[in-house]
Amino acid sequence: MIAEIGHFALVLAFCVALVQGSVPLWGAWRGNGAMMALAPGAALAQVVLISIAFASLMYAYVVSDFSVANVYENSHSLKPMLYKVSGVWGNHEGSLLLWVLILALFGTAVAFMGANLPLTLRSRVLAVQGLIAAGFLAFSLFTSNPFLRLDPAPLDGRDLNPLLQDPGLAFHPPFLYLGYVGFSMAFSFAVAALLEGRVDAAWARWVRPWTLAAWTSLTLGIAMGSWWAYYELGWGGWWFWDPVENASFMPWLAGTALLHSAIVTEKRGALKSWTVLLAIIAFSLSLLGTFLVRSGVLTSVHAFATDPTRGIFILLLLIVAIGGSLALYAWRAPTLKADGLFAPISREGALVLNNLLLATACFTVLVGTLYPLLLDVIGGAKVSVGPPFFELTFVPLMVPLLLAMAAGPLMPWKRADLRGVLSRMKAVVFFSLALWGAVWWYATDLSPLPAFGIALATWIAAGALLEFGERIQLFRIKPGQSWGRAVGLPRSAYGMTLSHLGVAVLVAGITASSAWQTEIIRAMLPGDSQEIAGYTLVFEGVVPGQGPNYSYERGQFAVLRDGAQIAVMEPEKRQFFVQTMLTTEAAIRTTLMADLYVVLGDSGEDGSWAVRIYYNPLVPWIWGGCLLMVFGGLVSLTDRRLRLAIPSRRKTAAAVQPQAA
Amino acid sequence: MRLATILLMMVLAAPVFAAQPDEMLSDPAMEERARDISADLRCLVCQNQSIDDSDAPLARDLRILVRERLLAGDTNQEAVAYIVDRYGDYVLLKPPFNVQTLLLWAAPLGALVIGTAIVVVFMRRRSSAPVAVSEALTQEEQDRLKDLMRGEGS
Repeated sequence: MIAEIGHFALVLAFCVALVQGSVPLWGAWRGNGAMMALAPGAALAQVVLISIAFASLMYAYVVSDFSVANVYENSHSLKPMLYKVSGVWGNHEGSLLLWVLILALFGTAVAFMGANLPLTLRSRVLAVQGLIAAGFLAFSLFTSNPFLRLDPAPLDGRDLNPLLQDPGLAFHPPFLYLGYVGFSMAFSFAVAALLEGRVDAAWARWVRPWTLAAWTSLTLGIAMGSWWAYYELGWGGWWFWDPVENASFMPWLAGTALLHSAIVTEKRGALKSWTVLLAIIAFSLSLLGTFLVRSGVLTSVHAFATDPTRGIFILLLLIVAIGGSLALYAWRAPTLKADGLFAPISREGALVLNNLLLATACFTVLVGTLYPLLLDVIGGAKVSVGPPFFELTFVPLMVPLLLAMAAGPLMPWKRADLRGVLSRMKAVVFFSLALWGAVWWYATDLSPLPAFGIALATWIAAGALLEFGERIQLFRIKPGQSWGRAVGLPRSAYGMTLSHLGVAVLVAGITASSAWQTEIIRAMLPGDSQEIAGYTLVFEGVVPGQGPNYSYERGQFAVLRDGAQIAVMEPEKRQFFVQTMLTTEAAIRTTLMADLYVVLGDSGEDGSWAVRIYYNPLVPWIWGGCLLMVFGGLVSLTDRRLRLAIPSRRKTAAAVQPQAA
Repeated sequence: MRLATILLMMVLAAPVFAAQPDEMLSDPAMEERARDISADLRCLVCQNQSIDDSDAPLARDLRILVRERLLAGDTNQEAVAYIVDRYGDYVLLKPPFNVQTLLLWAAPLGALVIGTAIVVVFMRRRSSAPVAVSEALTQEEQDRLKDLMRGEGS
């Protein structure tokens, strides 16, 4: 009964979405206030209906109602409650339901917080949201209905893929989807602006917080996924340039570019049509990401061809959404008048460079991800595009971007003097170069590149701190006055500084962990010991045991430093009952500077165990850097000037003239 | 179909380990070369995994094959060529440069060059064009602006 209520609510939501996607659009065109006034109510109705549907499915999972096919296929009565709940979105049908739920939540946010949006703009934004919702609800109802029943009901379910039964991956999809769907806001605003025929500072100011919120969530989602890969897959790696990873990375790159171009549009009125195009691209790539992961096209073009219903439906959605919006763009963008002239060397110019490099990087990832598929479809050779390709092409694009990243924020708007900026950065330049040499010498690498990565990270961090120091005029005025200026700085300035520092930390982590990882693979008998990076690991043996829905073999390693035991590490191999699948749980002992990482392999006939031991320097900095970026995004979101366009009643004279974001 | 299922089960139930201690060569320098080669060869039955990372039996066979070639005195290139002769370009995670992959390898630089050209043309045109005078605001817009400015407080 509950499942039928959910199904019915989903059908109703689809009908409401059709109304929301058409009537307000018509109303905005004809200037009909009553028709436009329909939009917020429809958005609210949608969120209520989809919440009912989502809650129904979750209920079916929580009580393990195996008469619902979706629950049968992805759950099991023995599964821990956390994974019963996360199992709702751990599968195709349920994750789509989460997708439309988040879309509806965003739509409602516009309906309520957008009270000071011009009426036609708000109606058009909500209508576009309604159209997206209608497309996805139709997809859900016609090809991926989560509420189908089984008769007779099976006694127990088939369980969720054990790899997904993990806290990191339980919350990875919701954040990823918050990001993907968050870009739908920028997209809807872009399409609405094209229909309106104008883009101004106010428009950019409305778009920025949504983009920022989406970007922040996506950053967190990607970081969680990568963290999961690091500790669950057991290879000590954290990014594999897998198509599924690339699918989420492309919207992130486009979103990062959008975040920066929207600043230029808001502050200077330039790059208007480019910002609109980026908003369309960011969401299109989110749709593409959903398509790539959900259609099965990645596993094999042929698998896709044998069961094409879903794939064709998403492909059609993609063509309509992307093709339609790009056609609208081609038709209407020339009407967007740009003002705000600037010289090539200026803050705007630096942000254009940022966009150029990010867009090229994004395109590179896109081509690398799709090329094997396209070549296969047209009957060409079968090729693989793997990590070596991306390392060769993507990394060289990032270097100038990261170099420019420290200097850009120091440039004034309109026209800057590069020599002047560099002379302000003298200390930063000197310090980074000196560090490059010092690290190269200390690490005794043949290649100067790893040391360059560390110097680059230092350059970014020092540049960000210099910019912050200049803003508060540190050491130029009295510390008290500097403090006053620091307090008066807009939150978005803090957000930028924090996020850029996050990138610096991330770059250092990536460099050190890929250049200076130590790996030891060997067979160990109980009692054997192994030295690694100043630690001694003594293998004490393996104990078997039982988890809630798996049995395990747990290796025990005493970790010694200078002869004294400082920890016990217990990597596990888990054998899941239902899906008869083995997973590894790496044991990780982290200091903030490095991870000691142990994976247990197979036992040999002589009673020995294959063991992999890694020492990963600075690897925690990768996620630390991502968290700093997320934190920067959150701080920036609390900026009064960006606060989701809620009219503020406070009337204060800002102590500091905010000069930038 | 049945066979495929059995194979799949074997892959899933196979040891969860990539490069195994018993496969490794006693000569560390040669083992290092084998690892480097393995990292760039694709496991043919996996989704986007190198044979160095993969647990599949086929990947293990390839790892052993690479080591055999090195022991037989092959250079890195010869060992890779030996594998490519038998399994095709598909096995290379770094695709070769040829007619079929021309667009792939040209894409990054091509996009950068075209993008730069667009930016340059755009900047030239903008700086030579007369400064656009923004149209006057309508009464409604001026009211809104006033509201916004009041709301902003800055």
